[in-house]
Amino acid sequence: MTVLLRTEGVSKAFGGVQALDDCTLQVEEGSIAGLIGPNGSGKTTLFNMITGYGRVDSGDVFLNDAKITNFTPDRVFALGIGRTFQLTRVFSRLTVMENMIVAAHTKDRSGHHGDKRTRNPFARAGGPVTRRRAMELLEFTGIAKLAGDRAETLSYGQRKLLELSYVLIAEPEIILLDEPAGGVNPTLIGTISDRIRELNRQGTTFLIVEHNMEFVMGLCDQVTVLDNGNPVVTGPPDVIRNDRRVLDAYLGTAEEDDDAA
Amino acid sequence: MKPAVLWRGGSLVALVAVAAAVPLLNNPLVTNVGVFVLMYVGSAVAWNIFSGFTGYISLGAAVFFGTGVYTTALLTEHLKLNGGAVFATYPLGGLAAAVIAVPFGLIALRVRRHTFVVVTIAFFFIFQLMAYDFSWTGGTLGILGPIVNWDPNTFYNPFYYTALIVAVGSAVLAWAIWGSRFGLQLRAIRDDEDRARGLGVKTMRVKLTAFVISAFPMGILGGLYFFLQGQALPEYAFNPFYDLTLALMSFLGGFGTLSGPIFGALLLEPYLGYAQYQVTNAYVAEVVLGALFLAVIIFLPRGILPTVGEKFTSWRVAWVRRSAGAQAAPAEPAGASPAADAVKTGAAGSGAPGGGSQR
Repeated sequence: MTVLLRTEGVSKAFGGVQALDDCTLQVEEGSIAGLIGPNGSGKTTLFNMITGYGRVDSGDVFLNDAKITNFTPDRVFALGIGRTFQLTRVFSRLTVMENMIVAAHTKDRSGHHGDKRTRNPFARAGGPVTRRRAMELLEFTGIAKLAGDRAETLSYGQRKLLELSYVLIAEPEIILLDEPAGGVNPTLIGTISDRIRELNRQGTTFLIVEHNMEFVMGLCDQVTVLDNGNPVVTGPPDVIRNDRRVLDAYLGTAEEDDDAA
Repeated sequence: MKPAVLWRGGSLVALVAVAAAVPLLNNPLVTNVGVFVLMYVGSAVAWNIFSGFTGYISLGAAVFFGTGVYTTALLTEHLKLNGGAVFATYPLGGLAAAVIAVPFGLIALRVRRHTFVVVTIAFFFIFQLMAYDFSWTGGTLGILGPIVNWDPNTFYNPFYYTALIVAVGSAVLAWAIWGSRFGLQLRAIRDDEDRARGLGVKTMRVKLTAFVISAFPMGILGGLYFFLQGQALPEYAFNPFYDLTLALMSFLGGFGTLSGPIFGALLLEPYLGYAQYQVTNAYVAEVVLGALFLAVIIFLPRGILPTVGEKFTSWRVAWVRRSAGAQAAPAEPAGASPAADAVKTGAAGSGAPGGGSQR
């Protein structure tokens, strides 16, 4: 197994708060990796540092052994790292299909999905091949019948699925999911985890931040526990489940009680 | 989709046909007001290409208009142009405005929302000050235009048709951009700029391009305005009312929609023209304008067309539902079993979330 995504000693402070402290992490190609930890342990900050939504204080990020530290979000995306947000971020006044096309068009590597490239700047966005591919993905995530609706009319769960769909259309090598199951009803959680598993079988690597333990433990090959911006332990789910340090991180040890509360 | 496009295209063609026929009335006063109406239609549509599509509200559009005014004025003065030859300089006014838009945009587009608005206002005042203070702009006296002895009855016609061409051109340009990849990226920026960036949109480049494009028609119209007025004066070339009026027209008609600015300009500019002629105290017109602005923001924050359109849609949906309900009632037993099947397959968890069931 080769390492696809790697952070090396990444640190980030916001004012006096050390959000990430010498954070080293590896995600193997073709795996589903989980990232758990109590609130404020730096999970989302780590995502932001990887995807260019902030600059690291020190340390480096590598994709396929190429340094991508502090790349801008559009470059990171073009290199094959897709992400979703904890609070979904869709283009609310665009239709579901238009949301898909925004993401499809911007990637040089595979964005046109076989549509003839045109020099006409006024050509309609999204050629037939792109639209067909978008429709397939919307069917895959189960929101195809909403394709013509404005994204603002979607429910929270549907927005999560839309976010996943438009990240998928760019065919990233690795997808970072920030709480894909948060605030989503149980049936839909099942759908989401099925889809992740299926995509993983087709070769997409995942790094998932999630508080729903059942979801994480059922899905991930490898789980990393983050505490105070530092990975305290990494291992398969059944090892993590029984590791005392995990309980410490979540519940706080006796002498750290004040910090944890 | 098809009938809507036909309807829209048809009404646009009809609108242009009516507009093109206005000078045939042979009433110079009407044509004169018409020139201003079309100048504002063109400007508002151009303003909308950047501000409406991206949500970045610029109150510095007069920088482009004034640049056009002075470009044409200076060319006319130094090249000793007269009559129809002045019209040939209009595109250069547009070009100069577009060139000015590059550094203006590079600086102003680094910030967003309120800060952006303030920066654009600052730019506007800097340009007005420059027009006042440089020697080559003629200072407070401005630059005098050529005097032509055209037939007073048709005097305004060439101005009118030029403004019509610019207005229609801007509208077609806006429409072409709307559905293109570029237009989609602009609208994505309006909804969530950072997210758009995260999906690979080169936001700065896209915003700047739209900013420059929107400057071009305004520069052309500035040149037109110079010849029409026969004078370039700092306070009229760089006029804060131009900025506010464009914004108000777009908000009134429908901010960020295609037809909103056209509608808003057609509605508002005749009133402003009328007020200029009829109301002896010019401030009354301005007070009414300010009150109107507040009323629009409070009661029609999205503008007339979107609000009315939504009302119409909900009314039509309610009507369709009512008539469908009347027909469906007797057919209930027949429809029951497929419905039950649908529920069953839904519950089996095929992955399709039932539209209404989630929140």
